[in-house]
Formats: sequence, structure tokens, C-alpha cells
Amino acid sequence: MADQDTIQINTLFEIPTLNPGAMKDSSPFVAAPAHQEALGFPGELVDDWQTRAIEKLGELLKKSRALQVYMDGCVKCGACTDKCHYFLGTGDPKNMPVARQDLLRKIYRRYFTFSGKYFPKLVGAEDLTREVLDEWYSYFHQCSQCRRCSVYCPYGIDTAEISMAAREIMDHIGKGQKYCNEILGKVHQIGNNLGLPEKALIMTMEDLEEDIEDDTGVKVRIPVNEKGADILLVTPSADFFAEPHIDGLIGYAKVFHQAGVSWTVSSYASEAANFAMFIGSQEQMKLLTDRIRKAAEDLGVKRIIFGECGHAWRVAYNFMNTLSGPFDFLDPDYPVPQHICEFTWDLIERGKLKLDKSANDHMTLTFHDSCNVARGSRMGDKPGGQFEIPRAIIKAVCNNFVDMAADTIHEATFCCGGGGGLLTDDLMEIRTKGASPRMTALQEVVEEQGVTHMAAICAICKTQFAKVMPTYGIGMDRIVSLHQLVSNAIVLDGQEGSEVDEETTEELATA
Amino acid sequence: MLSTIFAILFYLATAVFVVGLVYRIRLYARTPAPLKIPTTPAPVTRQGVVFRMFREVAFFESLFKSNKWTWLFGWVFHVAMLLVVLRHLRYFTEPVWLWVNLIQPFGKYAGFAMLAGLLALWGRRFLVERIRYISSPSDHLMLILLMGIAASGLMMKYVVHTDIVALKAFTLGLIRFNWQPLPADPVLLVHLSLVLILMFVFPVSKLLHAPGVFFSPSRNQVDNAREIRHPAPWVTELESNATKTGGE
Repeated sequence: MADQDTIQINTLFEIPTLNPGAMKDSSPFVAAPAHQEALGFPGELVDDWQTRAIEKLGELLKKSRALQVYMDGCVKCGACTDKCHYFLGTGDPKNMPVARQDLLRKIYRRYFTFSGKYFPKLVGAEDLTREVLDEWYSYFHQCSQCRRCSVYCPYGIDTAEISMAAREIMDHIGKGQKYCNEILGKVHQIGNNLGLPEKALIMTMEDLEEDIEDDTGVKVRIPVNEKGADILLVTPSADFFAEPHIDGLIGYAKVFHQAGVSWTVSSYASEAANFAMFIGSQEQMKLLTDRIRKAAEDLGVKRIIFGECGHAWRVAYNFMNTLSGPFDFLDPDYPVPQHICEFTWDLIERGKLKLDKSANDHMTLTFHDSCNVARGSRMGDKPGGQFEIPRAIIKAVCNNFVDMAADTIHEATFCCGGGGGLLTDDLMEIRTKGASPRMTALQEVVEEQGVTHMAAICAICKTQFAKVMPTYGIGMDRIVSLHQLVSNAIVLDGQEGSEVDEETTEELATA
Repeated sequence: MLSTIFAILFYLATAVFVVGLVYRIRLYARTPAPLKIPTTPAPVTRQGVVFRMFREVAFFESLFKSNKWTWLFGWVFHVAMLLVVLRHLRYFTEPVWLWVNLIQPFGKYAGFAMLAGLLALWGRRFLVERIRYISSPSDHLMLILLMGIAASGLMMKYVVHTDIVALKAFTLGLIRFNWQPLPADPVLLVHLSLVLILMFVFPVSKLLHAPGVFFSPSRNQVDNAREIRHPAPWVTELESNATKTGGE
């Protein structure tokens, strides 16, 4: 099936000719009343939705400097027009960031600015009609909030902020998105996106411990709800069961084991993902980060470490301190929170891990910078650590590493196509098309440099790539977790059949 | 009569321009930025942010990353306009400041660069399909307005000179509230009328990008969320309410 659908891509930087309305009908399922009401939103589209939407926009403008400045500041220079992966993949002009912003901006101008009130035609201001609302619902759910456009905008206008605001408005008039809102309900009720209850989580982790022991002969623990542990690991729930995510989780467990630290997962806060960011609700976002704080307090941990998840790391790194801080009850010697990559890299740098790079010799790796990590957060002490540290880890555990084209990595990285609350089957077409820039860059290194696998540090990226890569003629098993590579290379104390000479370790320590 | 009308219009335009801008800047400054959203990699110190903002404002760093042609046209236009505006200080100061005299030779020719940059930017609005799609009538009109100002100015400088001594007496008269006659020269009147329009529309148009860029959270925030807690007004309010009611 995948074969006949294989998409052929031409050159990397071909800017498509405009194809107006191409993705007009691509919109996600609308949230059911139960999912809406669970989050305190109206169950269905309210009668006076127009008035309420404008009121809500006014309220958001007063609450967010970003929104206010970004609504006013655009000069239509066009710098962003060829930067969005959804535009590059579809040619739909409304997927150009500025045009997407204008869907909200034209309403802002009509109701909130002098020029739009008195000269609407002149400045492109429009009344808020049902057609506009339908366009909002389609096109604000074709933005993965990846911030690539904001890198190139001379004013730093971030379309993510605008699509978050638009989704927040739509939630408040009763037109929310099923995927995000249903998932948020599960986190409130059970503690994670999957709705995996405590017992099931404990059993799954026990099975995993057995797998590791069968594999290595070493008893590596994955503790759940262990009071008094030093470290609380908060990781996306996909790490508990999905492929290749779970191999990453095994990697974290082995790293913790070798580091000799005590750690635990919490069933109450068994989710790093925070879909509230996608729907632009700071109130919902705080409810979720509060769960993490409570779990840390209840378990009496000293540190919080986040697993491989892109937007979760953005929320954790940039927002959690604001929303649920200060975290002064934790050990002040460590940043709050830490990324698992920071933890692992620190051990590697200090020569604390025995690594057998040859365990990954069957692969040639490249690395996909996840958008929220790349453009919405940092690792380490220096700007850009979010690019250096994951690559440094890969190079420490693999012999073969190649980067993709320079304008598709680091801050210029392309989204996987499934971020921002789009990772749902009802948006498969836009997901597949949006992946094309990344897939093109990947195909280039596959063909020219013999790359066999791509590593990522985001649960959404991993799921999305596993799903869309076959469409581009790349096997779904070609996407790997970064800590899966660490897991392959790490030599546990007492592990059977593996010997690493001291030299290798020393080499690494000084690398 | 003509002089009086223009004098009144200039006072009015200045008032609208200043009050409008102050109002807008106050709005930007007072609206809270509840979360840390710098586009990373971002500077980790305040000085670093000042440097980032300087590169952005002086060299259009992000635009340079995006598109070299747009950057070239846009940058040339803005720098040329800055020179032209500074050169015009000679019509508002007596004696003319030394540095204004020093830039005069450059300012004289900058008018051409300004017009060329504007023409190139306008060309893009017709020739590049994507830019054509996103352009609204006001985007064209704004360029036409600026081109009109530049062209009429160049006309006076190089083709039909106006009575510059009389004009300077008029402008100094405006500043000193001692009104003097304005030369009734058609090109000059066109030039001044267009400048008046520009001053009136500035605070209600996309020209707000000039003050706005300094308030853009994705550019002006320090990347230090883990080290220093960034306060959000609504969270602080929640916390103080919780403390008042004795809760946690």
C-alpha cells in the first residue's frame, strides 16, 4: 500500500506556485460537548458566538503583549511566506504564515483599529462571519506552532502565538478540537494523555524491567511512585508503550542505573506532554504543570528531569517556573527542570558511562532537531546547547553521524508535520504534506551519505515520522529515539558478553 | 492664508503623531507578557538582548536570514530614509549642527537610494506571486506615499529649486511660534502635504512596526526562565488570593 502512494520529491527549495483553497477542507474533528465541558468550555457553538469571539479577542489582546504587538506590527514584507512546511507541502497560500496571521488580523483590524473600523477595504479588514470562523478552524489547525516563521520575521512575529490565541477563542465559543481537548480531559482524570492508570503503568514498567534483564542480564529498575527518590522523571506517556519511544525509556533507565542515582516515575504526573499549550490555554497549562509540582512534593524528590519530548520541554523549560514555581523545595545545585540529554551528556563528559560505540555500527545516523526544543528552549549553559548536546551524545555513542542540509537543521529545522496538536488521523493529509520538507532533506542524506536512521528527541516527531515515512519510501523503523542509541551503546556494570577497554572510556571523557 | 493652513496642519499632525505614538507605546509597555517566549537560541543576558535588538534594528538580521533581495531593498530604503531625515534637520536648526553638515553630502544622494529601494519593494508586490497575494491596497498606498515624498523632494533638490531660505524661515517660525510665509511652490506643497499625511497615518497604520519591534517578546526577552522566575500577573494574583484565604 505504501509503495504505490510513495511521494516523489524534486528539489529541496522549490517554492510551490499558489494553489488557493487547496487545504480549505482540511479540518480536525470538533470536540464533543463532554470533552469541551470537562475543560470548562461551552459544549457546542454558542448562539452569540460572534460577540463572544470578539470579546475574547479583546481580552487576549489585553493579556498578551505578544498578540497586541504582532497584530499591529506586520508590514507584509513576505519574509515568512516561503518558510512554513505546510505551505511548502501544500501550496495553499493561507498556509503562508502571514496569510494565516491575517485570518485573525483582519478581524482585529475590523473591530479594534481606527483604520479597520472606517476604511476596512483599504487595510483588508473583514467582518467576523461564519466563513471566517470556518477558515479559522481549518487553517489554525494547519499550524504546528513550530516557530520557524518567527526566526525569519524582522519583528519576530510568532504565528504560534496567533494560532494559540485563535484556538483559545474557538474553545471559548464552543468550537474546540476533539484531539487536544479529549486528551487534556484524560490528563486531568488519570494523569496522562493515554489514560493509562497507575496499576497498568506499574505492570508495564515491571514487564519492561524483565525485558531489560533478559537482554542484558542486569536488573535495571524503572520505579513508579517511589517516595524519597532523588529524581522525578517526567516523560511523555508514549515512552511507556510506543515504538521507538519505549527504547528511549530503556535508555533513560540504563543511564540512571549506571549513574547510581535513585529515581522514579509518578503515576499522578505520568505525562510530560502539555497539550494546553497547543490550545493556547494558560489556565489549563498551569493545571498540568501543577500536577508535576505536586508529584515532586508528594514524592519528596530533589530534582525533576524531563524525557524526550519537544513541546513538553518548551513548557517545562520556559513556562513551568512561571506557572507552578518557585521550585525552591528542590536541590538548588541543579537546574529545574533538567533535560534527560543534559543529564546524560554530563555523565558522558565526566566519563561516568562505559560506552561501546560499535553497538551502533549497523546504523548511520542523522538528527532531527525538534522545533520546540530548537526554537522554544535551551539545554546547557549556552545558547544553542539544544543543538550541540544531543549531537554530542550521538557522536559519543555512534561512529557514524551525518547532519542534514544546513538550512533544515538547528534554528532552521523543519517541523515533523505532526506537532501543535495535529498528530491525529483526521489530519493525515496535512500531516503527510507538511512532512515533505523534512523528508526531502532526509532523502538527500540517505542517498548521498548513506544515512540509515534518523534520531529524534520528541514523542510527537517519533510517532509522526513512523507514520509518514513509509509514504516517502522510508521504512517506519528508520526513526529512533536518541536514548535508544545510548541504550545500545551503554555497557552496564556486570553486563554479559560485553567488554569495553578503559581506553575508549577515557577517549570519550576527553572528547 | 496658505501659510496659516499649513502651519495649523503641521501643529495638528505633530500632535496626532506624538500623542498617537505615545498612546501606542504605552499600550505595548503596559500589556503584560505572561510567559517567556524568546525565539531561541536567544541571549542569556540583558546585554546580549540589547545586542540582539541592535543587530535586528540596525542590520535587519532576521530579514537577512530570510531573503537577501527583500533584505537589500528594505535595508537600503530604511538607511537612506534615515540619512534623508537627519539631513532635513538643517531646516529646523539655526545654526545647523556640525554633524548635520557633515552628513549633508551623503544625505543629498540618499534620496535616490531611498526611491530606488521603494521602487524595488513595490516591484516585489507585483512580481512575486506570494507577495502579491498578501498585499492589500494600503500596502501599495503606503509605498506610493513614501515614493511621492522622495520624488518630490528630489525634484526640489535637483530640478526645480524652491526658495529654501524662505522655507527655513517658515519651519523655524513654526518652532518659535512666530509664523512666517510659506513659499507657494507647487512641488514644495505636494512634498509637505504628503509628509503631513504620513504623520497623520503613522499611529494608525503598519508603520507602528517602528516602535513595535522593540516590544516583540520573541526578540526582547532574555533566555533565563530556569534561573529567574518570570512573573505572570494572573498567576501572581492567584497566588496572593490563595495566601489571603489561607490556602496553599
